[in-house]
Amino acid sequence: MKELSFELKEGLIISFNALKANKVRSLLTTLGIIIGVTSVVLMSTAVKGIDEAFQTGVSALGSDNMYITKWSWFDNDVPWWEMRNRPEVIMDEYDQYKRMAKLPLATAPSAASQQTIKFGDSKIEGVTITGVTSDYIKTTNFTFAEGRFISETESDGARMVVVIGSEIAKQLFPNGGAMNKIIKIKSNKYKIIGVLDELGSWVMGDMNPDNQVFIPLDCVFKYYQNARGSITINIRAANSQQITIVKEEAQSIMRRIRGLRYDERDNFGINQQEGLLNEIDSTIGVVQIAGYVITGLALFVGAIGIMNIMFVSVKERTKEIGIRKAIGAKSVTILRQFIMEALILCLLGGLVGLLFAVILSMIIEKMDFPVSLQYDAFVLALLISLITGILSGFAPAYSAAKMDPVEALRYE
Amino acid sequence: MNIINIEHIAKIYTVGSEEVHALADVSLRIDKNEYVAIMGPSGSGKSTLMNMLGCLDTPTSGLYLFKDNNVSEMNDNDLARIRNKEIGFVFQTFNLLARSSALHNVELPLIYAGIPSEERKERATQALLSVGLGDRMHHRPNELSGGQRQRVAIARALVTKPAIILADEPTGNLDTKTGEDIMGLFAHLHDQGNTIILVTHEEYIAEHAKRIIRIRDGYIERDEFVTNRIIPKTKISVN
Repeated sequence: MKELSFELKEGLIISFNALKANKVRSLLTTLGIIIGVTSVVLMSTAVKGIDEAFQTGVSALGSDNMYITKWSWFDNDVPWWEMRNRPEVIMDEYDQYKRMAKLPLATAPSAASQQTIKFGDSKIEGVTITGVTSDYIKTTNFTFAEGRFISETESDGARMVVVIGSEIAKQLFPNGGAMNKIIKIKSNKYKIIGVLDELGSWVMGDMNPDNQVFIPLDCVFKYYQNARGSITINIRAANSQQITIVKEEAQSIMRRIRGLRYDERDNFGINQQEGLLNEIDSTIGVVQIAGYVITGLALFVGAIGIMNIMFVSVKERTKEIGIRKAIGAKSVTILRQFIMEALILCLLGGLVGLLFAVILSMIIEKMDFPVSLQYDAFVLALLISLITGILSGFAPAYSAAKMDPVEALRYE
Repeated sequence: MNIINIEHIAKIYTVGSEEVHALADVSLRIDKNEYVAIMGPSGSGKSTLMNMLGCLDTPTSGLYLFKDNNVSEMNDNDLARIRNKEIGFVFQTFNLLARSSALHNVELPLIYAGIPSEERKERATQALLSVGLGDRMHHRPNELSGGQRQRVAIARALVTKPAIILADEPTGNLDTKTGEDIMGLFAHLHDQGNTIILVTHEEYIAEHAKRIIRIRDGYIERDEFVTNRIIPKTKISVN
């Protein structure tokens, strides 16, 4: 045991000397490992980041929510033209549903439209304008940076008031002070009565409340909607266990309202964010697989590079191996020494890769892409470089260990 | 007391389809504190014999007892252990590690022997002092003269207190004056009780030893004691 520790220490000194003597070569050799480790860490960081961003986004909207709409979001069984021909979901149906439904925690109608909004010289195009009633907030987890949500009086009376998302506020009022300002949606003027906290994230697309504004439902009907009276019924279950039965109840009520026979298909969609989540997960999955393939290739090439340079190193140091054997180094000592050298090469590559990954993820974070640097990524990176080191170092080290001392000493 | 006892050893190499008898049939004994020179022209088998004596190689047939241990049947690890503890090599081309200091070079066998750091340093320093290199310990081989390098190599060979010191043409790469110094050092080491085996093709160098074994074509041609032994004029001053 004692011998081993001296040997390892000697191995370490030899390895660092060898690396120092061949700086450029070592750097070039580890490039593959550096790239591999950088990409694996960045990958897991980005995937984790998107995932977390989406989770927080969903929880802002309310994770126990469902939405009754004309279109089914993630139903591939129904052809698109059949969906197009479905009747619109309308206010009257919402009223009936609300009367009959016993299970939901909260329900609210909403209607959306894309419009341009303006304040002074600032202008944002294609903003999702969501028309809501005062009940809408009960189906969400919205919190406010300033002000409040639309009141019952305001929604019933179709007052010209607006609640804006955090991103909208940031763009129109970079210096703050949005409250009570008048903004224009298309050609109508609205007074800002509330600004939302930052809630969602860009991965949610149009559903991100940060990029939306909320006005009384009737204002949408009156000024912006083409398909007149088409709404979404927002439903919130009390908790995740309730989702299934709330959904079943909604389905049977809607079928009754629509007067569907038992052999007719639903002509409405009941959508959940879970569907969105699955969609995103499968997208991330594809990206992840592609990333791992690239990473795997980079590491493979890196490992071959290390193996190659280790073979060169063994060849170059044949004489040294002979000397060491002559004065008492065992084969296994030589084996360990060269594996250690490959290992150190890979670990250095891994550390440099990790450093790159950290710097890059900081840059990416500055660009507003969600990243989440995990400690398991660090462990993963070092583990990968360790394994690569051992695997790529073994064959050259073995060839060194098996050298005949007589011939090795004769080598010039 | 016998340190080396060789009986009828042979070494056969196969080169292509041809068998080369590097050593045909050699028997010899070497006692403690002998000073032996092994002589022979190139191709005589003296290098093969030296490799065999140094446990770098094992015979094809025959018996080799080193301090009553049967070397012919040892595996790689046992051979490495014997080389480490019992044999001190001195080579013609010095064979020092270029990137390491003299001290580290001398320490190396002790590292493989598992000696703790302080004791290692102490013993390596002592060995370097005993060859008169106390002031060059932290120099690298390329900062030392040929004679100094060979003395580092001798210190490395001595540091484990081996049973034999095996020197292969130790003066081959040195000028006459420096070679004489090194021979003086060997004489001194022999006086201190070390067993020295010298492999050389130079008659003059061989005559420093007390016994000369002449090899030719894989056989021992003659094995005789030196009557007019050369005693080197210069002896390394040792503290």
